[in-house]
Amino acid sequence: MLNTAIHLLLLLLLPPLLPGVINKTKALFAGRQGPPLLQSYYDLAKLMRKDLVLSSTTTWIFVAAPVVTLVAVLLAGLLLPLGPFGAPIAFTGDLILFAYLLGLGRFFTTAAALDTGSAFEGMGAAREVTFACLAEPALFFALLALAKISGALDLSAMLHDPLAGPLHTVMAPLVLVAIGLFIVLLAENCRIPVDDPNTHLELTMIHEVMVLDHSGPLLGLVLYGAAIKLFVLSALILHVIAPFQTGHPWVDWPMFVGEMLGLAVGVGVTESIMARLQMRHVPYLLIAAVLFCGFGFVLLVR
Amino acid sequence: MASIVNSLLVVVLGLNLFALGSSRLNAVIRIVALQGALLGFLPLLIHQPIGLAAVVAAVAAIVLKGIVIPIMLTSALQRAQIKREVEPLIGLLPSMILGALVTGFAMMFAAYLPVAREHSDLLLVPASLATVLVGFILLTTRFKAISQVIGYLVLENGIFIFGMLLVDAMPLTVEMGVLLDLFVGIFVVCIIVNHINQAFASMDTRRLVELKE
Repeated sequence: MLNTAIHLLLLLLLPPLLPGVINKTKALFAGRQGPPLLQSYYDLAKLMRKDLVLSSTTTWIFVAAPVVTLVAVLLAGLLLPLGPFGAPIAFTGDLILFAYLLGLGRFFTTAAALDTGSAFEGMGAAREVTFACLAEPALFFALLALAKISGALDLSAMLHDPLAGPLHTVMAPLVLVAIGLFIVLLAENCRIPVDDPNTHLELTMIHEVMVLDHSGPLLGLVLYGAAIKLFVLSALILHVIAPFQTGHPWVDWPMFVGEMLGLAVGVGVTESIMARLQMRHVPYLLIAAVLFCGFGFVLLVR
Repeated sequence: MASIVNSLLVVVLGLNLFALGSSRLNAVIRIVALQGALLGFLPLLIHQPIGLAAVVAAVAAIVLKGIVIPIMLTSALQRAQIKREVEPLIGLLPSMILGALVTGFAMMFAAYLPVAREHSDLLLVPASLATVLVGFILLTTRFKAISQVIGYLVLENGIFIFGMLLVDAMPLTVEMGVLLDLFVGIFVVCIIVNHINQAFASMDTRRLVELKE
């Protein structure tokens, strides 16, 4: 019960800290001081107090999309176990629901972008969907490999202790799956080798361009949903790269938060040392992610 | 130990794909350098207990393939002022998919090969076959002389992995001889690249087929 409460609290409160940590890391690499760690919380508070401006071409989809996206990623976060603790909701086959909740969020974001009738936003929506076609198989192959290792089909059982099998057959596929999932994490959260969250050139943006018309509380919801998506995918990848547990909840929860912040620093370092890929080279990276996760699976069934 | 060796080998296989997929010569050189340096750790992991021969082989391989050869290639690239893009015969994406296919083929083929029992849970044979085949793809589908050298390096990395199977049987001198050959070969090519560039103003191997006085 207590663990479920902590799960909910972390899921609702921790995510906006992650972009703060990433931005701070990038600022340190660039020799700047950078925005404060809590900047995302201030931004959200500011946006929530603002007025809403709606374009006259938009319909109800435009208003509904940020809400649906936020709810979808929150539900995905409830299905996913955090650290060594069980998820609040778990049933056989919930990995499919998990993947398609993320898909539903994306569908509504792109639908809202098309709803504005702006040429730029349509372009962003097309790019987002194109790249998602490649990121989703990678995610599925990764989940398939993890299901094969554990023999379970619900996220809580299959993500706990991925090292359950004989170590020499499991380790190599897990390395491949971890690399593939990290690329998916970068692509899904529009981090640098795929998309630059700071850019404001419509011609090169992917995710940012889709939310150009959102303002005030709706933009706040979009940003909050994006932070939660980052949190959820980071929690997924942490199961693969850091499956440590002590069995004592008061050690494991702080350790989980520490691992999460460490992964955010890792993302910040990746963004600092890499240049952004050309738009036409992004599919290569994503296909590499599919191949990594697919190979992980092939190695297991070999 | 097998788990660490296998993780290292799958990272090497991944680097093969990145080498096939990256469009900049510098990036390919760095990827192959990383691959060579990672492979240098293999003798230390496979030989138990670690003897002097394994340490010498590992240090020589790491220094040569991870540091010396990449520096030579990069400086040759700068001196010859070649354009930074690789010029593949088939596109980057098809060659990546081809690389993935040959890796899968190597996995399937290696499953039928009789291997000594102490090597049966290691991925040494499939990894070496796949790396050799990727080396062939790099050698045959790139037009620049310097990227053919890189293909040759990848090929040698594959042979190095295979050599790990017979590391007890193969004396240190053979290992060192191979490394020396590789070093001299690349040294010569780096000089030749410069001369070809001065003489013909092009590094395209398609134009290097005619003999003239």
